[in-house]
Amino acid sequence: MKIRNYWNLRDLGASVWEKANRPKRVVIATSSIFLVGLLPFAGASFLATPIAAYDAVLVYPVGVFILMALGLNIVVGKSGMLDLGYVAFFAIGAYTMALMGTHTGLNTWEIMPFGIGFAMLAGVLLGLPTLRLRGDYLAIVTLGFGEIVRLVVLNSTWSKGPNGIANIPMPPDIGPFKFKLEDQKVFFWVVVIMILLVIWMIRRLSIRRPGRAWEAIRQDEDAAELMGVATLKYKIWSFTLGAAVGGAAGVLYASKNLFIAPEMFTLNVSILILSCVVFGGIGNIWGVVVGATILGYLPDRIRFISDARLLVFGAVLVVVMNFRPDGLLPRKKREKAIVKSEVNA
Amino acid sequence: MRLEIRDLHVHYGKIEAIKGVSVVVNEGEIVTLIGANGAGKTTTLKTISGLRKVSSGAIIFDGQDISKVPAHERVDLGISQAPEGRGIFPGMTVLENLEMGKFHRKNRRQEMAEDLDKIYELFPRLKERTSQAGGTLSGGEQQMLAIGRALMARPKVLLLDEPSMGLAPQMIANIFRIITEINKQGVTILLVEQNAQQALQRAHRAYILETGNVVKEAKASDLLNDPAVREAYLGTGAHQ
Repeated sequence: MKIRNYWNLRDLGASVWEKANRPKRVVIATSSIFLVGLLPFAGASFLATPIAAYDAVLVYPVGVFILMALGLNIVVGKSGMLDLGYVAFFAIGAYTMALMGTHTGLNTWEIMPFGIGFAMLAGVLLGLPTLRLRGDYLAIVTLGFGEIVRLVVLNSTWSKGPNGIANIPMPPDIGPFKFKLEDQKVFFWVVVIMILLVIWMIRRLSIRRPGRAWEAIRQDEDAAELMGVATLKYKIWSFTLGAAVGGAAGVLYASKNLFIAPEMFTLNVSILILSCVVFGGIGNIWGVVVGATILGYLPDRIRFISDARLLVFGAVLVVVMNFRPDGLLPRKKREKAIVKSEVNA
Repeated sequence: MRLEIRDLHVHYGKIEAIKGVSVVVNEGEIVTLIGANGAGKTTTLKTISGLRKVSSGAIIFDGQDISKVPAHERVDLGISQAPEGRGIFPGMTVLENLEMGKFHRKNRRQEMAEDLDKIYELFPRLKERTSQAGGTLSGGEQQMLAIGRALMARPKVLLLDEPSMGLAPQMIANIFRIITEINKQGVTILLVEQNAQQALQRAHRAYILETGNVVKEAKASDLLNDPAVREAYLGTGAHQ
């Protein structure tokens, strides 16, 4: 309670938004999107990243992390299932792009639905048998799944094993906007559009039936089932939507990186994305965006201190999680003030 | 409308928790299952609502065997449970909790206002707390909320799992008075209780469970006067 009152950006933002009328909201939204769109031009300012190219950092890790963290947040934050193998869906998207991009004449945008589709299919196939499990058990199974996907591509010939797949085509130009390796502004804008689409989707679902169902499942799964919520169905939906976002991120990543290899899809990625969610504020879209931005950007910003940067990175995590255990922008936690029981009533 | 469980067996892994229980609940009745800890009362109830799987035996509701129907569909059929330990949604407000009770109803928009009024009439305390988070309510209020939420589903049979648990005597009396009231409005009730005294006073018929078996079945008023039952479950010996 005490901490929340003097440093509560979430409620500050929410109150500004709620007080604003429709035209004002449109102005706020468009101007913030415009400002974000201008970010790649700020490369000469204090935001600049030494060593790594600034506009490339904005795309990966920052943009892709935000996208993945938003997807993982549907699973972990909205419906309360711990998924430690999220990287699997990212890998499936990336390998779909790599294989179809090098073997067929299809371009990135045409492959995108396939990448999303295969990731969703994997989500359903994994979800059907495993989502009956809860908590730690689910975490372990998903962790295993993430490793299985990595080991399969590492040991298969169609994926060229540890050598990875090179010469993945870039996305075709969209009118005057050209995708270039040395100037990744257009990539960044595409990521921003994808992020906005995902945010829009999550917000719409959250206020409707699926959102209600996920919230109930997260708070008490048995009670949800007793209220007539088809818990397994909604859990699979949540898992599959998360997978779809991961797959989309994978397609984009492969098409931007032009080369992928199994070593890019380790458990570390799953953990890092989960850290973004927890660090920013599990369950809160804006918290997740902030968390992923910081955790994606920070290591590159402090790259000048070379090896010590991981130490600083870890220290930041520890310090922040100590002072704000619910994340930087936590979701509203109304259950916090639980009165134990009415013993003397 | 009649609920009957026939020779029910339920396992937790290899351990058999329910060893052939048969119970009949007729329309309009309050039937209570009483027994000590571990007798299988809660398991029986959870099996009826579908949270536990049946190993063998049948659950007949309205003439059809529902033992294979998933829990969330049993709500549609008219079986609604207020879970043990007041399993409410702690992070949702009282109103949101009650609205969740209508999650499965097809025309919930039209029914909502009407049923909310009914619930608030039964539990005026809930009306005062509409926008308060469920987790911040007192134990008694949480129990009221759990029952109210179960009623939002317009059940034919209401399953109540230890509504008196952890409550002060005054609140217990209050809750049981409301249970009778709900029954008078036409809802059949299957009540699981450790508080045998209150349960037997309110119920029409009762079953006594011991380690997964029904050891006695009788009219509640008869059990209330049965010396052996008084000795074992009411804490007052026959000599008194």
